[in-house]
Amino acid sequence: MADINGDNIITVTRLVKKFGDFTAVDDISFEVKKGEIFAFLGPNGAGKSTTIKMLTTLLRPTDGKIVMNGYDPAHQRDGVRKSLGIVFQDPSLDEDLTAFENMQFHAICYGVSGSLRSSRIEELLEFVELWERKNDLVKTFSGGMKRRLEIARGLLHHPKILFLDEPTLGLDPQTRNHMWSYVKDINQKEGMTVFFTTHYMEEADRVAERIAVIDHGKIIATGTGKELKERTNKENLEDAFLALTGHKIREEEASSLDRMRRMGKMWRGRR
Amino acid sequence: MNVIYIMWLRQLKKYFRSKSRIVGSLGQPLLFLLAFGFGFGSIFRKAGEGNYMQFLAPGIILMSVLFTAIFSGIDLIWDRQFGFLKETMVAPVSRFQIMLGKTLGGATVATIQGVIVFILTLIVGFRPQEVLLLPFAAVVVILVAVIFTSLGIGLASTMEDMQGFQLIMNFLVMPIFFLSGALFPLQGLPGAMDIIASLDPLSYGVDGLRYAFIGSGSVFGIATDMTVLIFLALLLLFIGSKLFERIQA
Ligand SMILES: Nc1ncnc2c1ncn2[C@@H]1O[C@H](COP(=O)(O)OP(=O)(O)OP(=O)(O)O)[C@@H](O)[C@H]1O
Ligand SMILES: [Mg+2]
Repeated sequence: MADINGDNIITVTRLVKKFGDFTAVDDISFEVKKGEIFAFLGPNGAGKSTTIKMLTTLLRPTDGKIVMNGYDPAHQRDGVRKSLGIVFQDPSLDEDLTAFENMQFHAICYGVSGSLRSSRIEELLEFVELWERKNDLVKTFSGGMKRRLEIARGLLHHPKILFLDEPTLGLDPQTRNHMWSYVKDINQKEGMTVFFTTHYMEEADRVAERIAVIDHGKIIATGTGKELKERTNKENLEDAFLALTGHKIREEEASSLDRMRRMGKMWRGRR
Repeated sequence: MNVIYIMWLRQLKKYFRSKSRIVGSLGQPLLFLLAFGFGFGSIFRKAGEGNYMQFLAPGIILMSVLFTAIFSGIDLIWDRQFGFLKETMVAPVSRFQIMLGKTLGGATVATIQGVIVFILTLIVGFRPQEVLLLPFAAVVVILVAVIFTSLGIGLASTMEDMQGFQLIMNFLVMPIFFLSGALFPLQGLPGAMDIIASLDPLSYGVDGLRYAFIGSGSVFGIATDMTVLIFLALLLLFIGSKLFERIQA
């Protein structure tokens, strides 16, 4: 796993992703250091989730090179997959299984076995306050409870690199703080690298050691929160973010997938 | 516990948890048994072909195996729509294992469904003649289940939404069922039909199962039935896993 840049756990070089004619990620390059907490910020549709999907082997890049923990996601998928944990932006639980079964499924897929498995599952379900409801089907959970379960699941196997795509969306402040202190704890104890996105600028400023700002598929700034504020001459990160990306609202029509999901929800609800 | 097992177990849990799906899926075979079995019974007898219920039951059992097995494809599309597929796709396990677990799970469910419909046929008057051949009947049902579960999952791997799958139901699965000899004897068909029926994988399943229950009356010969079924099961498992491996979430 010896890399030329020994302390970079993620190296992205001239990465491009096109969907048909549309360029979602447009020639971006950046590095994330081992053990770093890195925020990836940008307006809706900037290309954050698309980048994460390429880093985590879910999408094939159109062009460019990625090295994750010494592995190439395009060719050494298993090496990459072993190194990472991810909390997706979109739901990814099996709603017909219980909270416990979702955790168990994950543990088995990631080779967390024996007594560690049961103790971790209990610890994390306690931590997100779902232990009491561990035998309830996920479809009976509220949105925030589902989110908490997804976070607990992402932390289950203590990955080398943890991806959090808008993890705190829809969570109350208590849970948010709680989650970050847990994540930081593993980050410090085990040197876990954290790569996250959020639309809460204050959260990014507080938690991230370094920030990259992406807009229209291009990285337009990188640096610490302090550096970004200084560069734009602003008091807080939100103003700095707006100065960098402009005030125009990004229009995003509901994709066919979203519509399908909604239909599916209705259909499921009726069963 | 490994990945194949947990995937398999998941399919089974989901099946047993949706009671409405189990009950609902019995309506169609029951309807076919009653409408065809009793409706055509006397014509069949007059034509000198014997008891139609005896003839029809294996076909209806495999019909429900076929539909349940193909339904695994719909399950996969739902997994994709609801996002759970992503969870399995980023896991550090080979996609072949995921696909195999899913297929075995789907095939097990389809087999159970077949057994339930078998019991249903007993209730409406079907009587297997050869008790000793029942294990052989089970093998045929399992092979058919594996073939069509793999097919369903393979096809669903290439699709993003349900519309495409609807087409497949209408233009592939329905013909597979109706042209398989499940409802009528394959002897003495007009040339084109004869060829189509012999290209239909389900024909060999129906033929084999009918033999297993009655102890005679195989059109293709039991050795041919088994060879074709085993070959197709392996082939479709292989093709299905290739298609599954290409999924991008
Ligand atoms: N599968 C796809 N097919 C076509 N276009 C896509 C696809 N996935 C994403 N896009 C487009 O790529 C662009 C970037 O999307 P992405 O999901 O990466 O944005 P994001 O930065 O995560 O935004 P948000 O903050 O809203 O989550 C968007 O314009 C989106 O419509
Ligand atoms: Mg996103």
